[in-house]
Amino acid sequence: MAGLSFDLIALQLFAGLALGAIYVLFAIGLSLIFGMLTVVNFAHGAFYMVGAYVGLYLISIGGNFWICLLAVPILIGLFGLAVERVLIRPLYGRGIDYPLLLTFGLSYVMVECVRIAFGKTGYPFDTPEVLQGAVNIGVGYFPLYRLFVIGATAVVLLALWLFLEKTSFGLIIRAGARDPQIVRVLGVDVSRVWLIVFGIGTAIAGLAGLLAAPLQGVIPEMGGTILAEAFVVTVVGGMGSIGGAVLAGLLVGVVVSMTSLFAPEMAKVSIFALMAIVLIVRPQGFFGRAGLMS
Amino acid sequence: MTSKVIKAGSISRRRLLTTASAGAALAVSPFRINLLQAEEAPIKIGFPVPLTGPYGAEAQDQVRAGQLAVAQFNDAGGLNGRKAELVVRDDKLNPGEAATRTLELVEKEKVNFVVGSLSAAVQLAINNVTKERGVIFNSISQSDAINEAADFSKYTFHEALNPHMTSGAVGRYAFAKFGKKVAFLTADYAYGHEMVRGFLEVGKEFNIENLGDIRHPLGTTDFSTLLPRLQALKPDILCISNFGRDQQIALKQATDFGIKKSIQIIAPLLSHASRVAAGPQAFDGVVGGCSFYWGIEDKFASTKAFNDAFRKMYDGKLPTDYGALGYGGVRTVLEAVKGAGSVETDKVVAALEALKYDYYKGPQYYRKCDHQSVQSVLVIKSKSKDMKNESDVFEVLSTEEPDEKYLRSCEALGHKS
Repeated sequence: MAGLSFDLIALQLFAGLALGAIYVLFAIGLSLIFGMLTVVNFAHGAFYMVGAYVGLYLISIGGNFWICLLAVPILIGLFGLAVERVLIRPLYGRGIDYPLLLTFGLSYVMVECVRIAFGKTGYPFDTPEVLQGAVNIGVGYFPLYRLFVIGATAVVLLALWLFLEKTSFGLIIRAGARDPQIVRVLGVDVSRVWLIVFGIGTAIAGLAGLLAAPLQGVIPEMGGTILAEAFVVTVVGGMGSIGGAVLAGLLVGVVVSMTSLFAPEMAKVSIFALMAIVLIVRPQGFFGRAGLMS
Repeated sequence: MTSKVIKAGSISRRRLLTTASAGAALAVSPFRINLLQAEEAPIKIGFPVPLTGPYGAEAQDQVRAGQLAVAQFNDAGGLNGRKAELVVRDDKLNPGEAATRTLELVEKEKVNFVVGSLSAAVQLAINNVTKERGVIFNSISQSDAINEAADFSKYTFHEALNPHMTSGAVGRYAFAKFGKKVAFLTADYAYGHEMVRGFLEVGKEFNIENLGDIRHPLGTTDFSTLLPRLQALKPDILCISNFGRDQQIALKQATDFGIKKSIQIIAPLLSHASRVAAGPQAFDGVVGGCSFYWGIEDKFASTKAFNDAFRKMYDGKLPTDYGALGYGGVRTVLEAVKGAGSVETDKVVAALEALKYDYYKGPQYYRKCDHQSVQSVLVIKSKSKDMKNESDVFEVLSTEEPDEKYLRSCEALGHKS
């Protein structure tokens, strides 16, 4: 193969960060829900997939991509609220495997429902016109839409950070995660807090699905692959740590990208190799709290 | 009177048979045996295909067209009144799953024949089961290995094209036209490997320069980390050898990266269902091969008849390439059953070997030594403009006529003759 130029390596690094942004967007919802609720949401990939399908449906009835950017997270968030209220809430305090099994089953139900409603075959999802094409980023051409996804991820992260760190409701959420009992004693309705956290987490999953749709089209099984990758990201970053998810997501993206450059056959394995190494050196992940799972 | 009975539906036939008077009449009738056969279990054709997973779109069309072949057989009276039935199973694109399902089809469902599969690797797993149990298997997806002596058995038939034929036809067209510097992006399993081997082989005639082959695992959803490298190689031709959803996503993302501006993308196979699922932009301008395109109906009466029958059965929908293979795979077996006048394996094998047929795409026949269907290969280009209907997606650039010289020789495959 031809030699490696600086530009190629820089472009490859950038491609890795862009890929990482998609992992981050998907994984923060997962991490948020786990960190606050200690619910391992196996249906996260299904919410992501439903987000893409809702976007597809809204566009088919005359909506556009920009409306979807707002409508999809709201609709999927509402759906998430319903799921938490009806299915997850009765399982709090019963051990971590109860909600895990429930959401695992739920993901199958959701995928099957979408198969029934939309069919087993995929659909194309056009990139919005203004975001089509590739632009020169100095070291080579890069798809404009992927740059947009990086921007969207940054906006979501910033909004989430402001919400959790700068609002009084965010303070209650953080306190509820640390010690729900004390918060309850102080007169706060913790179950309402958890409800909203679950809604936000699923809303972000829906948004991630919508943003991924123009990259790969939509298909009922699209949530499956990314779920495995997102679990790696949350485990490497530390279960429940949003900052950890961001760092780990970008790192996983770059590791995949760099392995792709030198040994493309190993790219998929490299993610899990990274996880194994991190778990050996630091079992709780980058910023994880030890003992959260027990 | 008796011929009327055969034509009637099964319920009236059954009623008739239970009446003593008819029984007495039949006892002396020369058609008695036929009628008794009509009461036998239907001719069962096992049909394992990957309905779920990245090749789902193609597999669904295989089933549709397979059902059509069965319906036509039954409408024409079946085998002296004995009807056929398609027993569909989802192999999930997994060799283990496919072997289990096939075993189940053979042992539990007692199928007479197996037709199906949609993967170079999975069909070998099915073939292992069928050849051990002496059941005819007509494979309807691409593979070079299945015809090789090591995997072949006299029960193995291959209705689909194989990678050698496909890459040969596409290579001969593309290397003469678009340039000699070629880079490859390849699905890392049998199908991809066999395609690249075929391209490199035909490439020798054109002195192509192989700039590199980047391999990706089956079921890859993001090619963004592989594309900059391929672009940096500056090839004239980027040859993408993958299939189904992998092909849809790879072409979509290659388009996003602006690869088509300076590089001609070719694919050994352009799947009709994938082109529809991915939309016109992703596939626009890509050149590839296929075994069948409905648009050749002006050329072949058999194509026209197949298209019309398919349209009629499926609300005006047109068949796809892999659909046509499902049809061809089932129809050849059923025609051989008719020809042999029996479902006995050895007789049907002989009938298949003797078949010279034109059921949907012009003349074909199974080569004696390896049971590969000798047939035409179409070289097509995907279009995004001037589409007359939703199935009007390709333009046929050239046709490689059926000829054994485009196949690997029987000796090369390890056969004696």
